[in-house]
Amino acid sequence: MSQRDNSYAAVMARSNEIMKASVGMDYDDYVISPIAFDYERMMHDTGYTHAEIVKIQSETKVGNTPLFELKRLTEAVRKISEPGKGARILLKDEAANASGSFKARRAALSVFEAARKGFKGVVAATSGNYGAAVASQANQRDLKCIVIQEVFDSRGVGQPEIIEKGRKCEAYGAEVIKLTVGPELFYIHLLTLEQTGFFNASLYTPFGIRGVETLGTEIAEEVRIRYGKDPDAVIITHAGGGNLTGTARGLLAAGADKTRIVACSVDLSGLHMASDTDFNKKSFTTGHTGFGVPFATWPDRADVPRNAARSMRYMDEYQLVTQGEVFFVTELLTKLEGIERGPAGNTSLTAAITMARQMDRDQIVVVQETEYTGAGKHHNSQLSFARENGIKVYVGDPAENVPGKTIVLPERLDQVRGKAQDLESLKLSYLRNAARRHPVQAWTDEDISFLAQDIKSTPEWVRANLPTD
Amino acid sequence: MAKIEKGSWVEIKQVVLQPEERAQNLPEDTKQTPYVMRMSGFLTADAELGDTVTIRSLIGREHEGTLVTLNPSYSHSFGPTMAELLHIGIDEEAK
Ligand SMILES: Cc1ncc(COP(=O)(O)O)c(C=O)c1O
Repeated sequence: MSQRDNSYAAVMARSNEIMKASVGMDYDDYVISPIAFDYERMMHDTGYTHAEIVKIQSETKVGNTPLFELKRLTEAVRKISEPGKGARILLKDEAANASGSFKARRAALSVFEAARKGFKGVVAATSGNYGAAVASQANQRDLKCIVIQEVFDSRGVGQPEIIEKGRKCEAYGAEVIKLTVGPELFYIHLLTLEQTGFFNASLYTPFGIRGVETLGTEIAEEVRIRYGKDPDAVIITHAGGGNLTGTARGLLAAGADKTRIVACSVDLSGLHMASDTDFNKKSFTTGHTGFGVPFATWPDRADVPRNAARSMRYMDEYQLVTQGEVFFVTELLTKLEGIERGPAGNTSLTAAITMARQMDRDQIVVVQETEYTGAGKHHNSQLSFARENGIKVYVGDPAENVPGKTIVLPERLDQVRGKAQDLESLKLSYLRNAARRHPVQAWTDEDISFLAQDIKSTPEWVRANLPTD
Repeated sequence: MAKIEKGSWVEIKQVVLQPEERAQNLPEDTKQTPYVMRMSGFLTADAELGDTVTIRSLIGREHEGTLVTLNPSYSHSFGPTMAELLHIGIDEEAK
């Protein structure tokens, strides 16, 4: 029998065929050009109705999570706001899902689909929460699970949060492949899919994203019942963009088309994501600009040929917050609201504070997730690790935060300010990325119409802003 | 060196790619390091630390690598207390 060539180059060259076999769908069916494809048809062809997704998720301890009003935090924000300002802040407690985060919604449908198609197991390449979600769902559907995780630098050191995420996957009985820093994770991913014949439970398939839609729908429905109106803004922590895409699609499906969709990431500008030395200089493992900006400005860099997570299609605003601000707000949530929750939800909570301050009192801003917390996945763990690694941690003006150098905890709530990222420049960057894949001269009307939709813009705007290398 | 018994829960390490085999466009620091994998599983035959061994993972797959740890454990914690956090939400001015 001839041995397969498992060298890096050979496996990468087989990427398309491996993908086809492992996702059980052919992306070529939707391709229009090197940049354009039929996104809505691809999403539609998953074949599940909203009601079916709700049912599948409820079978495996996913969904229908509580929506809390943060009364004391809202009061605190009103105290520092101009008269008449200070929107009501609501929090969707996604930590209540099996495995402790919204990622369970994403995993539920993928794992169901894998079982339905007769796969014996599932593989997920992930920074962690998603791995735990897939492992937890796989247990409930009697499938095997492999998680491929970037864990440590070349010294063998991993930061506490990453270690905790790996532990959780292993606790659910998954095989966890732990790797050093680098994009070659994709090579191991492909090799593993090929060797096992398992389902590629990628974060970025239509199944994953459609699974998140229920989160948006639940928010719209519950806010209407309790407050008699739609939420004015929903703040969504953004890394790869699936959280935002799915939630926004769910809100729209429920008819909440006036709700402002706000992305939020921790600002880690200046740190290189593939750098061995920068790896442990960041105190957030997801929900930061290191993933958020590249994925927003070009989604098709994922582990599937066409990414179903396309956040710019839905985004109205993109807020940035500093690491220190998020840690401050994490502590406030605990002390004022009596719940301890993990970093990702507290990222969007931080932006919600800034936004609520500018919004009217009768308005409603929803923080659409929480995640679990515990040893490692905790601001004290992350901060003490940062200090051990030479990061200066002190109380002061959060404007002094420098990713990889300082973490400044605000002294007072009114110093939590965040900052808005210019959406127009992100859209221009998206167009430049598109031009890199397919030269502008070759763009057809269909391409331009796709690009316009993909960044929530118009063909006229795209034509007026064509990149000129 | 002490013998580690077949069936023990252990960790292996394997160099997946040497620095020169790694992807293009890596930052300078990463480029100089090998791409390394670690994994835990049950040892399939008696061995000593440093031996090339085979392990069986929690889902029953076999993997080969250098035996590096007996009984790999998780010891991550909340870390030393950061006193800076304790004032938040308690002191009047930090509300
Ligand atoms: C708990 C949690 N919230 C939010 C995010 C960000 O989601 P996305 O990558 O879909 O933007 C992640 C992803 O890593 C996560 O694990």
